[in-house]
Amino acid sequence: MIEEVLVTARHNPKIDPSLGIWTWEISVYLFLGGMTAGIMLFAAWAMLTRKQEVLAFAHDRFALWAPIALSLGMTTLFLDLEHKLYVWRFYTSFEPTSPMSWGAWILVLVYPVMILQTLSTLRRGYPTLAGWLERIPVGGWVMDLSENWRRTIAALAIPLAVGLGIYTGVLLSALSARPFWSSGALGPLFLVSGMSTAAVIPVMVSRLKGERHFFETTDVGLIFLEVVLVSIFLISLATGAAYHLEALDLVMGGPFTEAFWLWFVVPGLLVPMVLAFLGLRGYRSFGLLASVLVLYGGFMLRYLMVEIGQVSTWTDYAVQFDPQLLERLTQ
Amino acid sequence: MTTYAMVIDTITCIGCGDCVVACKTENKVPEGLNRDWVVEATSGEYPNLHTEFRSERCNHCSHATCVYACPTGASHYWKDTNIVLVAAEKCTGCKACIAACPYDARLIMRPEGYIDKCTFCHHRVDDGLDPACVASCPTHCMHFGMLDNPDSIVSRLLRERRHKALLPETGNEPNVYYLL
Repeated sequence: MIEEVLVTARHNPKIDPSLGIWTWEISVYLFLGGMTAGIMLFAAWAMLTRKQEVLAFAHDRFALWAPIALSLGMTTLFLDLEHKLYVWRFYTSFEPTSPMSWGAWILVLVYPVMILQTLSTLRRGYPTLAGWLERIPVGGWVMDLSENWRRTIAALAIPLAVGLGIYTGVLLSALSARPFWSSGALGPLFLVSGMSTAAVIPVMVSRLKGERHFFETTDVGLIFLEVVLVSIFLISLATGAAYHLEALDLVMGGPFTEAFWLWFVVPGLLVPMVLAFLGLRGYRSFGLLASVLVLYGGFMLRYLMVEIGQVSTWTDYAVQFDPQLLERLTQ
Repeated sequence: MTTYAMVIDTITCIGCGDCVVACKTENKVPEGLNRDWVVEATSGEYPNLHTEFRSERCNHCSHATCVYACPTGASHYWKDTNIVLVAAEKCTGCKACIAACPYDARLIMRPEGYIDKCTFCHHRVDDGLDPACVASCPTHCMHFGMLDNPDSIVSRLLRERRHKALLPETGNEPNVYYLL
């Protein structure tokens, strides 16, 4: 038996009784960052394979969704910062050992390519919007330039999108102090999950039956791959050191078991995989429901990963101090 | 790199908490926040129990994962030593360093929004003084000095006494030692 008790008052906010530094803002950012990566990948792929007829939405209209999703994500990321006025400090140095620094600089590369990717399709996809842009002095020139270089831009978008998607997972897995995150599977898992959440957008909004069918088929494959990666993630913890086994216990009988299995794996992965499969057989409403559940599952994956990872720790103090006692003294 | 270490005798520590009070006073730590704390660790099976008191804080690791995780360089080593500080004017409050610390010792989010932590009282060290917690310990169970100097009190104690550091398996190379 070993029992470790804090005997002096320690109840530092966001640390005690367990880590709670990152909340919904980070989960939303990781979700939208992954989705952005998926959007860029599918839009670039449709462009490079010249599928403007078969995959009209992905070819001409999908790219615009990427800057919208990423900008929303960046907003929640900004909301998470405690020292907001110093956000520019991310760009006064590059710290090669910090995944967060890599992420900040990847975004600097992603943004212009993502904007150019959007501009290269704007005239075909959103003619009204393109019309407004024509009125700005350099608007037409930039769109001409983007259209002339659209295949090069699409080719550039692919590695950047892969980097963005993987980075959202590596951001967590690089923090070895949190045993639940210590798995190399997190990067690929977040990338595949991001692609899956992006793939359901055309399923929901494309007017072409063939395009919807293509993305439904793709999504069934991606969800299956996600199930495999979640399994690899759990196995990598199960074959780890004592701290990893303790972290695994959080979802295998511990306090997060119900949330992980009943609120993520079943409704966010297994049910949508079956429904999407039925959608492929012609039941459109099943396909739509599967899409909504995929979005839900994508968010729950990030939300639970962020929550559970913070609870997993190398230290194991019982905190005896009750901050309410201090409040009573000061009243 | 000059390595400073703190050596704490768990036999003579009585868990009075004076080190905690001294730190709060010396560093004007805001109300409700703490840079150091005391742990009472009991091990064994009744009736063969063993209790030790440990005054804990940032371990000022030689391989500090918090420094490596910081995206802006705000977390840094002070003057080519192992003393880990945070430059408030570079800190964005992203909290990556808190998540990166296996000891959960980067504990303080100041009301102003930047990370604060134990500094080994580097302002006192600069003047040749011990950190406030060490200087105020009523049982003299806490010691501070340079590990590189074989004649320093910390080097001598670590040579002569059985000791441990916390969670050496993290690979962080902590520099707070506990005499057993």
